[in-house]
Amino acid sequence: MTKHDHHEHGDHSHHPEAPSDIEARTLALESLLIEKGLLTSEDVDRIISAYEHDIGPMIGARVVAHAWVDLDYRARLLNDGPAAIRELGYDYPASTGLAVLESTKEVHHMVVCTLCSCYPWAVLGLPPTWYKSAPYRSRAVVEPRKVLEEFGVALPADVSVNVWDSSSDLRYMVLPERPEGTEGWTEEQLAAIVSRDCMIGVARPQVPAEANR
Amino acid sequence: MNGIHDMGGMDGFGPVVVEKDEPVFHHRWEGSVRAIMRQTVGRFYNLDEFRNVVERMPPEEYLRASYYERWLHALETLMVQRGVITLEELRSGRANGPSIAANIKHEPRPELIARFSSGDNVVTRNLNPTGHTRLPRYARGKRGVVRTVNGPFLLPDSNAHRGAKVWEACYAVEFTARELWGDRASSIDRVCVDLWESYLRSEEGES
Repeated sequence: MTKHDHHEHGDHSHHPEAPSDIEARTLALESLLIEKGLLTSEDVDRIISAYEHDIGPMIGARVVAHAWVDLDYRARLLNDGPAAIRELGYDYPASTGLAVLESTKEVHHMVVCTLCSCYPWAVLGLPPTWYKSAPYRSRAVVEPRKVLEEFGVALPADVSVNVWDSSSDLRYMVLPERPEGTEGWTEEQLAAIVSRDCMIGVARPQVPAEANR
Repeated sequence: MNGIHDMGGMDGFGPVVVEKDEPVFHHRWEGSVRAIMRQTVGRFYNLDEFRNVVERMPPEEYLRASYYERWLHALETLMVQRGVITLEELRSGRANGPSIAANIKHEPRPELIARFSSGDNVVTRNLNPTGHTRLPRYARGKRGVVRTVNGPFLLPDSNAHRGAKVWEACYAVEFTARELWGDRASSIDRVCVDLWESYLRSEEGES
């Protein structure tokens, strides 16, 4: 069914074992649940496809861009994250909350989950491997400035770093500061500079050098 | 439990390695594991039980396993524990009969009753349970300030072991980075952790 797929790129310390055994175990579990009528292969395909195509950081980027141009919306977003997400026509699960953290010139917010890998997947999609990795989970709370430097964010010493360890049913997303040089941009143009990492808080939106719009 | 999963503040794991243009799933099986979890959590087991099983992996195995391998381990464990499948079926890959697992009963979230308010000074308890908890080691016995009041959420310490359903207020508690890490940290940085009410006492000293 699944093509045996050898690793061909980059660092794979997080995939150290031959996948064939794990593939076989997964298939066994999947087919048992299907046989017992608790799962269908359509469910599996539908869920995989949703994560690969429909649920991703473009949702969060659109939310951020809208909050940048509409101050009333920004207030609603900061006050009640899930309601503001739904207002733009997206689903937000009732089982978890969402707190939106507004980064400013004085305070830089950054999100981690040290105990597992809680992540606001409804607005950002599934987390990247580095977010779930031991280096990020261990270091983000104790040396956030060093971690930020590795991501290319050099914060002045007088900007306070606030790290949020999401340990409960509440998820966190960063509303980054709108960069200068984006006056008059459309929401679509703005959303294009809001990356996933900006909303985790390990990057800041960058205005491309050639952007003289 | 004071397990390997409780990583906040540990040294020695090296730099954060970012994979460029990372796909959502590296392999089809990872997507299947995700989908199986989505379709079974809240029905046969709760998320706290799931996390607890992951945390109980032997530390060396936990570190060796990829993220979705840990999930697969937890799914296999819980599916057998709950009677969704038998160990024999898991080994043979063939079903011998229907699932005998009961669906979890959900109760509505009650009204929020919160002992603390935003701005209150609190101290985290020095709890070291051998079961599941969401109070990280680095935040035990520390002084902080309640920033926001949330919930109520089910207390994971009980819910992970199918104990009583204890709904509690949960607070975003702000600590100065120096309170947690001493001089290693910047004097203006802060760390906020979501903590259930029973992890906290008021700073005045009573329990």
